[in-house]
Amino acid sequence: MPHARLVSLALVLPLFAFVGVTFVAPLASLLSKSAYETRIHDVIPETMDVLAAWDGQDLPPEAAFAAIAKELPSARANRTLLRLSGAANRLQSGMRSLITRTAQRVPRTEFAGTWRETLAEIDEDWADVQTWIIIESAAAKFTLRHYLQALDLEAQPDGSIKARPQQERVYMPLLWRTLLVSLSVTLLCFLIGYPIAMLIADAPPRRRNLLLLLVLIPFWTSLLVRTTAWIVLLQRQGVINDFLVTLGFLRDDTRLEMIYNMTGTFVAMTHVLLPFMVLPLYSVMRSIPQNQLRASASLGATPIQGFVRVYFPQTLPGIGAGALLVFILAIGYYITPALVGGSSGQLIANMIAYHVQTSLNWGLAAALSSILLVAVIVLYLLFNRLVGIDRMRLG
Amino acid sequence: MSKTYDGEHWIVEGLDLTVQRGEFLTLLGPSGSGKTTCLMMLAGFEAPTRGDIRIAEQSVQGIAADKRGIGVVFQNYALFPHMTVGGNLSFPLEVRGMDKSKRRSRVQQALSLVRMSGFEERLPQALSGGQQQRVAIARALVFEPELVLMDEPLGALDRRLREELQFEIRRIHRELGVTIVYVTHDQQEAMVMSDRVAVFSQGRIEQIASPEVLYEEPTRSFVARFIGENNLVKGEISHVKRGVCTVQVEGGSMTAAHLGDLAPGDRTLVAVRPERIQLRPQTGAYANEFIAKVEDVTFLGDHLRVRFNLFGHAQFIAKLPNIVGHGALLPGDEVRLGWAALDCRALNFEDT
Repeated sequence: MPHARLVSLALVLPLFAFVGVTFVAPLASLLSKSAYETRIHDVIPETMDVLAAWDGQDLPPEAAFAAIAKELPSARANRTLLRLSGAANRLQSGMRSLITRTAQRVPRTEFAGTWRETLAEIDEDWADVQTWIIIESAAAKFTLRHYLQALDLEAQPDGSIKARPQQERVYMPLLWRTLLVSLSVTLLCFLIGYPIAMLIADAPPRRRNLLLLLVLIPFWTSLLVRTTAWIVLLQRQGVINDFLVTLGFLRDDTRLEMIYNMTGTFVAMTHVLLPFMVLPLYSVMRSIPQNQLRASASLGATPIQGFVRVYFPQTLPGIGAGALLVFILAIGYYITPALVGGSSGQLIANMIAYHVQTSLNWGLAAALSSILLVAVIVLYLLFNRLVGIDRMRLG
Repeated sequence: MSKTYDGEHWIVEGLDLTVQRGEFLTLLGPSGSGKTTCLMMLAGFEAPTRGDIRIAEQSVQGIAADKRGIGVVFQNYALFPHMTVGGNLSFPLEVRGMDKSKRRSRVQQALSLVRMSGFEERLPQALSGGQQQRVAIARALVFEPELVLMDEPLGALDRRLREELQFEIRRIHRELGVTIVYVTHDQQEAMVMSDRVAVFSQGRIEQIASPEVLYEEPTRSFVARFIGENNLVKGEISHVKRGVCTVQVEGGSMTAAHLGDLAPGDRTLVAVRPERIQLRPQTGAYANEFIAKVEDVTFLGDHLRVRFNLFGHAQFIAKLPNIVGHGALLPGDEVRLGWAALDCRALNFEDT
């Protein structure tokens, strides 16, 4: 390798290492939790070793019964039993009580010659192949169960996969809502941002700088500050409601609910993300020569024809860049919906945060994140196909 | 008509200009002289502050640019980058609601007029500057306007291409018989192309005439200075008689053509073309004869460019044909120069 290449490689290597350690590795390890988990497996490791060689047709060998009879009581003593029983119960109800009861009664039951018979005495379900299939799948290291849960699907006892009943679906409606909100916010940002960008691009230099500053100052302000400012404005006792009541448009008991719901999420997110639309649009518009519109007028096009056929098509790269930025930021938005969304204005990111911080179900959080990531990648590819990323201009 | 942007400084002042149908008129002037503003007002992109513009006796005041039906060619082409060449040409026809087959034949026709047939599918950025300007010209002509405005269309091109396109534009003008108003700051371009040239200075027309007349008979010292080369000598008119006047200059007196509005006692600039100066004329052949000192000689092949000192005026230039005897001039030589009274014009005084 030529010397110069070695030097340049050495120069970028620290950067690669930094990105790898601080970004790629944590991301990969978290995402891997969505399908690979040893937490439950480690409750009954010996049983799982025996079951690994089992064909799943007939009852497992005596060794499996012996192993589980040993491991369940010790798991109970370690307080790790609930992991297994909970997971198994999610697959089939009744498993929790079976496992808990067995763990309690094994030491107290008289040994009947074989562990198979002993366990069958505690509960006849142990003589059922189905019980073992559930235990094996509940404790498996590789599992799709987080994905199933995240997609509101459930595995039937017979192994087939079905959608959950309508009223039990949680994540898919939330994912759809997130996509819908992101698309709507993108559209709103476009509708509001396009005229603003045009105004700035066409203004004389002095006014242009002032207008740009008005866009940039909020952009530089903390996200938290901007979001809480909306709380001050929109809440029941907030500025807007007070104003409308004072003017007599509203009575005290008919104050508008503009925050802690979807409206709040929409308003605050659109405001916060607006600069990401305005700035790329502005930079593209600045690069369009003024005489383009003059040329189109001289050729007989009305101002509207000139805008639609000459100006607008030339701003498409900016629209593409702005829309992609806003959409991708919106789809993972967390703080703003958490602060102003109430319960109806929450998005998928809030649910992921809940599973990471509160329920500690990292596997599910990882599965939800992966699904979100895939959704973004699919939309990006679609977008690339339609608009062409190389035509995009970020400014 | 007149135009001001800020209400204080007039960009164009008291302009009164008539363009003949089918004429090639050039607005010539240094940058900032108001020629482009005039063109923009004619196109309808700007409105005159005072006055009126009439096309075929109809006032176009208040008629928007897109309703005037005037073709415009811009300096930097202003082709639409997102449309192909064909799309650019077909655009003015589409907005006029022309049907597709008719559009296609018109586009073909316009492209062949500028010798760009076969380029329909190309995008403008895939073309060279000269090709882009050909397309821009075709686009300004494709909807058959009677009047085409060109705003320094060749300004961004190199010299060779510029000459080629000057010729092309001339040819197109002759073939189509359209009226062209052309803006340039290149006097050579104006001389080569135009039927008439209007020389602009500071928002006013100094002189409007055919290229020959502008060169031979400038009526203003600005024109004398701007078109071609002239020796301008300061002086004061002492005597006027039948179109000829005597001008007192530093160290002598000259006899010059008199243009009417100057009276004895007025200050004047006397303009003498360098190529009209004779070396060692026959005594008495010319009204003006002086002894001058050679300052330096530049050999330019077919002619010699000689700088003389004529009564303290050290920038007096003569272009002498390269013939026998002229080669022997050396700096420091004192020689006799002469020129005719009619080759020497007493113009308005301007401090240079």
